Amino acid sequence: MEALSPTMEEGRLVKWHKQEGDAVKAGETLAEVETDKAVMDLIARADGVLQQVAVTEGQTVPVGNVVAVIAAPGETVGASVASAPPPTPAPSGGGMRDAGSMVAVATPKPATAAAPAGDAGGVKASPLARRIAKEAGVDLKLVTGSGPGGRVVKRDLDATAARPQAATPAAVAAAPHPASRIPHPAVTGTPFEDVPLTQIRKTIAKRLVTSLGPVPHFFLTSEVDMERAAEARDALNRQLGDRGKVSFNDIIVKATALALTKHRACNAWFQEDHIRYWNEVHLGMAVAVEDGLITPVIRNADLKPLLEIGHEAKQLADKARSRRLQPSEYTGSTFSVSNLGMFDIDQFTAVINPPEAGILAVGTITPKPVVVDGQVVPRRRLRLTMSCDHRVIDGATGAAFLSTLKGMLENPLAMLL
Amino acid sequence: MPTLTYRDALNQALREEMQRDANVFLMGEEVGVYQGAYKVSRGLLEEFGPMRVVDTPIAELGFAGIGVGAAMAGLRPVIEFMTWNFAVLALDQIVNSAAKLLYESGGQFPIPIVFRGPNGAALQLGAQHSQAWEGWLSHIPGLKVVAPATPADAKGLLKSAIRDNNPVIVLEGEMLYNTKGEVPEGEYVVPIGRADVKRAGRDVTLICHSKTVAVALKAAEQLAEQERVSAEVVDLRSLRPLDEAAITASVAKTNRAVVIEEGWTHCGIGAQVVDVIQREAFDHLDAPVLRVTQADVPMPYNKQLERLAKPSPDKVVAAARRVLYLD
Repeated sequence: MEALSPTMEEGRLVKWHKQEGDAVKAGETLAEVETDKAVMDLIARADGVLQQVAVTEGQTVPVGNVVAVIAAPGETVGASVASAPPPTPAPSGGGMRDAGSMVAVATPKPATAAAPAGDAGGVKASPLARRIAKEAGVDLKLVTGSGPGGRVVKRDLDATAARPQAATPAAVAAAPHPASRIPHPAVTGTPFEDVPLTQIRKTIAKRLVTSLGPVPHFFLTSEVDMERAAEARDALNRQLGDRGKVSFNDIIVKATALALTKHRACNAWFQEDHIRYWNEVHLGMAVAVEDGLITPVIRNADLKPLLEIGHEAKQLADKARSRRLQPSEYTGSTFSVSNLGMFDIDQFTAVINPPEAGILAVGTITPKPVVVDGQVVPRRRLRLTMSCDHRVIDGATGAAFLSTLKGMLENPLAMLL
Repeated sequence: MPTLTYRDALNQALREEMQRDANVFLMGEEVGVYQGAYKVSRGLLEEFGPMRVVDTPIAELGFAGIGVGAAMAGLRPVIEFMTWNFAVLALDQIVNSAAKLLYESGGQFPIPIVFRGPNGAALQLGAQHSQAWEGWLSHIPGLKVVAPATPADAKGLLKSAIRDNNPVIVLEGEMLYNTKGEVPEGEYVVPIGRADVKRAGRDVTLICHSKTVAVALKAAEQLAEQERVSAEVVDLRSLRPLDEAAITASVAKTNRAVVIEEGWTHCGIGAQVVDVIQREAFDHLDAPVLRVTQADVPMPYNKQLERLAKPSPDKVVAAARRVLYLD
């Protein structure tokens, strides 16, 4: 099982595209695999015949396990491989090729077997961490080190190493999930239903406890008058006609990105022993998907026209919902925006997506009576709440950013400044 | 089990061994009439007479050499140095005679001799009288070196040292003589080359010997109270030979270590221990091994500076926090 995303620890085999006995070429799709983020293609890494399939559809196996064996035509592979445990050294006299996994033992050069999974040269790791990674079949390059200078130490691998080496019978039995994994009200009289965590729920659980627990959050809320933004949006859409539509979300994304260029202190990553201030703005955009959420990234959002932002946001959201996002499309954001306006939420606090230092929670635009020039008048208002990592952003720093953003939304022409 | 001071435990070991073997005799400055500068030999002159409890002039090289000659002739001398700072004058006899005669005589002359006395700093004795010599002595092939930390180990190791057919260095401590602990009566022997876990733990290994055992135990207490860290305290007891298996086993369990000693850092005992760890426990290490030693200066006389120069529980706790990645 190849690691198909930076955080993938196990994968569920969704569908085999090749059957035992089929000829395969390097680069061809062997199977579809559900990772923690998306459904990805598992690509053959060698030419030959798919001699044996070791993982059945619906089965979940850890990264590093053998999922199939590709052999040369006519070659027979000695031992049967049934979802074999992670990297074993090259079998003697082999010629056995391991289809998708990192342990590919392609050519019969005896002495130089392929590097085992834990042996990530160039990665700083303690000797113990290296050994644990090797035994668990974890690629150290994919692990974030918490030691000095990013050294990977034992605690960084504890969760990984604790997982079972191969799918347990119970997990296999539970594997063929129904289409929807959200529990339905029981009609059978049982008081509850246990639904195994899907890959994405596991990742969400793991990622988010690294946020609100260890990251010292504080929250800033500001109410924004959206009258002029609404007027601008109406005017733009009238002019565009059927060439497209600008949404409030596009305007908020664009304004956020522009405000970040003026407040680099908020466009930053906390990196344990240093803070990385980004000169580029890559905005993560939280998208609800079935059974979870994911934050695809609008890169260089500050440089993109509104229409392009809108177009890209829609494409990314569609891909996210169909689980077809590539890792490059959901990693590397420098700041995030979460919009629950469409769910009629007045305001909320969002959980920071580490290592980012901030996230903006966008509520719904709603008409309210407000006092303008001594008169109570109805205005469309929007509540923005920014969550800040206090290790990076201080109260006044966050407030200054929010004030710039509010200024841009209340007077969209300010975006041109 | 009776509670004895470290000094009385040594006295008991000497008395029992002198009763057991008529070849055993004690020689050194003030060991007889004055009953020992630190009263380790109290009552021995009275019991065994001046032929077996011999007062010497202030001439370390001379009486060390007489001891080596007596050992060649078949006796089992115990040579007391008032402190190891004075024994530096006798190093030629210890290093060039005692340690090498078995080798140079082609195995004809075993040298069953014990050189013992207090080692390391006490309080405000100045740079020349506050030195820890175990790094020097453990360097020499042909010598065995032990450094007991408790009264029981003092008795057991001194008895083993007297019975050993090779030169054995016994490092005691002025600050240890008054410490108390339970000591088994009669035949109680601690084998040379065997470390002892003085406190079991899971998270970090504190490796120490002699006076630094108390420092490590105190640090372990602080770690448990303040950091909820479970520290294992391994008392080396023998510095040559070193109990490599015990060191390795503990580090394999805890994955991290701090080595503490009274001596200076450069080429110290800890350097040897770290060598064992990196060689035998490499794949178990989750952090570089750190050392707590005396500051790399002659020991200051000034009380506050002396305190700062010595290993302390706080320094051990700080090092443990670092190897645990708590900082």
